[in-house]
Amino acid sequence: MDAEEFAIDSAVDRPTAEAAADALQDSVADRAERPLLTIRGGRRWTGLGFVELWKYRDLLLLLTWREIKIRYKQTVLGIVWAVIQPLLTMVIFTLLFGKLARLPSDGAPYAIFSYVGLLAWNFFNTAVAGSSTSLVGNSNLITKVYFPRLVIPGATVGAALFDLAIAATLLLPMMLFYQMTFSLRLLMLPIFTLLLTIVASGVGLWAAALNVKYRDVRYALPFLLQVWMFVTPIIYPISFVPARWRWLIALNPLTGIIANLRASVLDRSFDWRNLFISTLVAVSLLIYSTYIFRRLEREFADLI
Amino acid sequence: MRPMVRVEGVTKRYRLGEREPYFTLREALMRALAAPARWSRARRGTARRAADAPYLLALDDVSFAVDAGAVVGIIGRNGAGKSTLLKILSRITEPTAGQIDLYGRVGSLLEIGTGFHPELTGRDNVFLSGAILGMRRAEIARKFDAIVAFAEVEKFIDTPVKRYSSGMYVRLAFAVAAHLETEILLVDEVLAVGDAAFQKRCLGKMGEVARTGRTVLFVSHNMAAIESLCQSCILLRGGRLQGIGPPSEIITRYMTEELLERGGGAEMSNHPGRRRGSIVMLRSVRVWSDGVEGGGRMGARLVVEANFAAPRPIRPTFAVTIKSANGAPIFGVSNRWTRQGAEAEPLRGGLIACEFPRLPLMPGTYLLDLYLGDFGDPTRDLDVILDAVTLEVFPSDIYGTGMLPRPIDGPVFCDATWRVQEVGDSDA
Repeated sequence: MDAEEFAIDSAVDRPTAEAAADALQDSVADRAERPLLTIRGGRRWTGLGFVELWKYRDLLLLLTWREIKIRYKQTVLGIVWAVIQPLLTMVIFTLLFGKLARLPSDGAPYAIFSYVGLLAWNFFNTAVAGSSTSLVGNSNLITKVYFPRLVIPGATVGAALFDLAIAATLLLPMMLFYQMTFSLRLLMLPIFTLLLTIVASGVGLWAAALNVKYRDVRYALPFLLQVWMFVTPIIYPISFVPARWRWLIALNPLTGIIANLRASVLDRSFDWRNLFISTLVAVSLLIYSTYIFRRLEREFADLI
Repeated sequence: MRPMVRVEGVTKRYRLGEREPYFTLREALMRALAAPARWSRARRGTARRAADAPYLLALDDVSFAVDAGAVVGIIGRNGAGKSTLLKILSRITEPTAGQIDLYGRVGSLLEIGTGFHPELTGRDNVFLSGAILGMRRAEIARKFDAIVAFAEVEKFIDTPVKRYSSGMYVRLAFAVAAHLETEILLVDEVLAVGDAAFQKRCLGKMGEVARTGRTVLFVSHNMAAIESLCQSCILLRGGRLQGIGPPSEIITRYMTEELLERGGGAEMSNHPGRRRGSIVMLRSVRVWSDGVEGGGRMGARLVVEANFAAPRPIRPTFAVTIKSANGAPIFGVSNRWTRQGAEAEPLRGGLIACEFPRLPLMPGTYLLDLYLGDFGDPTRDLDVILDAVTLEVFPSDIYGTGMLPRPIDGPVFCDATWRVQEVGDSDA
């Protein structure tokens, strides 16, 4: 291939000494003026992109806020829906599993026991399902403008987090109703929520990236999530699982997180062993998914 | 001058999909299952080589450099790779090979209204769209009033944009993008939307941007705009860089290449449009203007040149009628009326040329009727060919303002001057 270099500036004849001086200056300037950005074809790996994500945090916030605003547009109840959904599910679960099936709840009121689990699960479910279709749903952005693609599923997770915060406010009247103690263990809630967000982002990014290339994800994911819900201690406590299977259940990162969320609300001792496993799995999952996402990201605009 | 953008050997190869450009899992599984067979075929050397696979080279080894502060137009027909080039420069998609150095922040405007959501208010959309285009929130807040004023939507800024007229929508969307302050700005054919007044404002804003010393790469089919805004121009053709240089030069080259493909000089001996009873005398016809075959730019010198051979010596008359593409006559010229060459020596054959010093036609395709006659036979023309050749007229910045008459003003443009004066008794 004969690559010709076409320069736009017009060459002006000058005395050679002056030109030489200029050339010297140019080369000095060249060394000082590094390109702000170099785009290379066929490059393999460019890092996980968290630094760039931070640079675009304003966009992440604005897209999150757009997601929230759009979701409750033209609804009468608006944001109240974020509370109604888990509340009604909790009532049904309490009647069905608590009263009828008499599932154990480690001695706590079944309503509050299941509500904490449902809050966590609802968040996870919304975040993952939303993320999986987020890239395809925003194809108009992806094909028309550059920004770190992580922002798009990130905004979906952010909006789900907002819903979680709204729904969680109901815990306060519930705890007062059941006359529960407000212990210092509640201070650990933000940490567990962060872990939960890491797991949701991990699964969400993976599903989002794969869905760009394989649209099957959209059909397989609801089924996968349904199964996942039943293997997670939401309607039952870990103690309900036969002891020899508990190690397997613990590999599910949601297990340790939900158990400890409950521990802080119900003022029980923390399950440090499962928390450790969950943290390990959650962080590895996020790194792995981001890696997959970043690798597939380069083809998004061409595939979508 | 230091470069702002340096593009070296950039190539973009797309795989041509038989169906959708994405795979389903089933296909992936099938490919995985077929992999061992493919592998063994490869070992025996019977596999199709990757190069034989259906690929499309959207860009093929393109290299150029753009100086800081230059405004560069990118032209070429559809599929030449213009948009792909902008997409690669704006990092939407990656090049297959090559390298690009960017010495400034890049803002791209490939579409009007990217990121606008119909349910949100104008105010919300300004912030959202601004952030998507790469602005910080504080930056948008600072420019908010200017953006709204430019778009002239002050009254409706808290109304959802789904209630906007399409004109308001486009104005607001462009206003956000116009306030991007990156050192490099990439603009795709966005001036094609909106009404004439809005297009004028966009061009004005582009000119303003250009004067602030920012580097602009600008794809357009609007040659007049390119000529008035750009200091230099890039011509792409089939993904390859065809030329780079002053806009007028490159635009002429582009048109020449476009027309060469269709063939400029036309053989007339067996033309189907020849009127019955004609004596076959017109042999070939060539329509050309400075460096362009088959047409010319608005206001250019255009020549219609015919080769003729007559059975007896004639003093030729040559009439040309220019018609619109649907056959409506626009105007005609003939040396029978001007009496040029009426006293010349009779000829048995030769070349007769009719020259328009300043072609007064608007851009478009036109049809030419040709009439060859003899001053010695004033009652009739000897050889008549209707719809003999087409004439392609390309835009040109005839007024030096980047603006042209509107197509609805008719197919002809005309020079005029204006004079304004105060009338003395206006305050009486």
